[in-house]
Amino acid sequence: MPKLSNMSYKNQRILIIFLFSLVPVVLLLTFSYLPVFKMFQYSFTSWNGLSKNMEYIGFDNYKTIFTKPEYFAVFKVSLYYFFATFIQMGLALYFATILSFNVRLKNWFKGILFFPTLLNGVAIGFIFLFFFKPEGTLNTILDLLGLGALQQKWLLNPQLINISLAFASVWRYMGMNFIIFLGAISSIGSDIYEASEIDGANRWHQFRHIIIPSIKRILQLNLILAVSGAIGVFEIPYVMTGGSNGSGTFVIQTVDVAFKYSKLGLASAMAVVLLGIVVLVTILQRILIKEEK
Amino acid sequence: MHTFKYNLAAVFKYISLVLGALMALMPIVVVFFASLKTNAEYASTGPLTLPENWLNFANYTKAFVDGNMLLGFMNTIIIVLISIAGATLTGSMMAYILARFKFRGSKALMGAFLLATLIPGVTTQVATFQIINALDLFNTRWAPILMYLGTDIIAVYIFMQFLDSISESLDESAMLDGASYWTIYWRIILPLLSPAIVTVIIVKGVNIYNDFYTPFLYMPKSSLQVVSTALFKFKGPYGSQWEVICAAIMIAIIPTLIAFVALQKYIYNGFAQGSVK
Repeated sequence: MPKLSNMSYKNQRILIIFLFSLVPVVLLLTFSYLPVFKMFQYSFTSWNGLSKNMEYIGFDNYKTIFTKPEYFAVFKVSLYYFFATFIQMGLALYFATILSFNVRLKNWFKGILFFPTLLNGVAIGFIFLFFFKPEGTLNTILDLLGLGALQQKWLLNPQLINISLAFASVWRYMGMNFIIFLGAISSIGSDIYEASEIDGANRWHQFRHIIIPSIKRILQLNLILAVSGAIGVFEIPYVMTGGSNGSGTFVIQTVDVAFKYSKLGLASAMAVVLLGIVVLVTILQRILIKEEK
Repeated sequence: MHTFKYNLAAVFKYISLVLGALMALMPIVVVFFASLKTNAEYASTGPLTLPENWLNFANYTKAFVDGNMLLGFMNTIIIVLISIAGATLTGSMMAYILARFKFRGSKALMGAFLLATLIPGVTTQVATFQIINALDLFNTRWAPILMYLGTDIIAVYIFMQFLDSISESLDESAMLDGASYWTIYWRIILPLLSPAIVTVIIVKGVNIYNDFYTPFLYMPKSSLQVVSTALFKFKGPYGSQWEVICAAIMIAIIPTLIAFVALQKYIYNGFAQGSVK
């Protein structure tokens, strides 16, 4: 092997650029771009994933998705998670704001509020199965508080199941938003607060006129990510209910259609629709954030 | 009057914090209680009742043995170690050439990586599955490892940010001494990147440890189970033995708790850096 240091820097550069990017680029093409290409191709077929030849059926799969209510209904489930994101971000913003100022046991509260985000998704699913069981934590607490009348079968009642699951999702992801907001707020210089206090601003004024404007971009980004997040929900409902009782999400259905019922063509078309929504949301986000500048 | 109002606000602040902390901890703490109860005790007491014997680890032993958790941990560790080592190397190499060299196509390369992150992993799973199959990697540890390695712009970003703060005059003075670009990367850049490497290791490590989707889909073979899939298997057969499931949950959580307490500072930094794209 020739020694690198004997080569001219110009040749070294070419070699090192090539060698250093080779593996990442090959992986990128194989696991990011090729699947997208294949997915579009499959979406126009009735392929079952096994047979040698694929039959092209045009837009039939897309027609199925948009006309059969059982395929489209899953988007209604997404709405629960979408609205839950607002509660999640509201809570995250509130806690991030008060913990940016002087508070006793600040680091303890920070750690406790953030910790759930680090937990294993399957563990969280089980934790909340336990929490929502008929004789589980929530009902016991309600009883203890004298609110026994409010006890419910949280995961058996189709009216409540998605609200319960969305609550578990808020519990899981709130800490993530919280820590991002906390980081953004801490980058605001303390002189701005001091100046505003001289001008007689109270905490609410500071929140409204200093904190909100300085984290606006992150706030917007999170709001728009909420849409793709709401459509991409998988783990919590899959672990907790397996998608029963009207709690099936788009991803659960895609996985079922593909791997349980071997309808790869149809599942691919569903994935294309999902990707389409996410791309749309991303473009929207770019436009909105550009306007801000 | 002013102080009264101020105190009221402070009281409200602390009440909300305590409520928030309770809400965050309660669901976990009751699982911990249940994990220490005997079967009869579990059946006769409510979830908020403290366990009689704080040292009753029978459920833990049962969960650990029946769930074959040791195997789960072994597989997880293998996958995490290889993925992280690979992601750190490829990520830092990518970042090095993108940050230090201006070459034709560097913008396009960056763009290609960025665009790929916009594609949510779950959407392309159906097609990715066929690729893994075609490569004959289904039901091998390489399937998740390659996928964890594949699409990591966040690591590249964190490294690039860090490289900006490492002065280029360091590279130049090394070049005056005749060091090759490889030597510069390996001897100067990589050691200086170590804080960023810690960040990447934590962010990736947490993600991989917690991932359920990928191993569930690509390694259903039971000898390849990871912590997530091992835990998932408790669903169903242990329906009537929640105290055992609770112990299994705790077994999966405890490593995270230890890592969190030990690495708290880095974790906060890591998540703040990794998530602001």
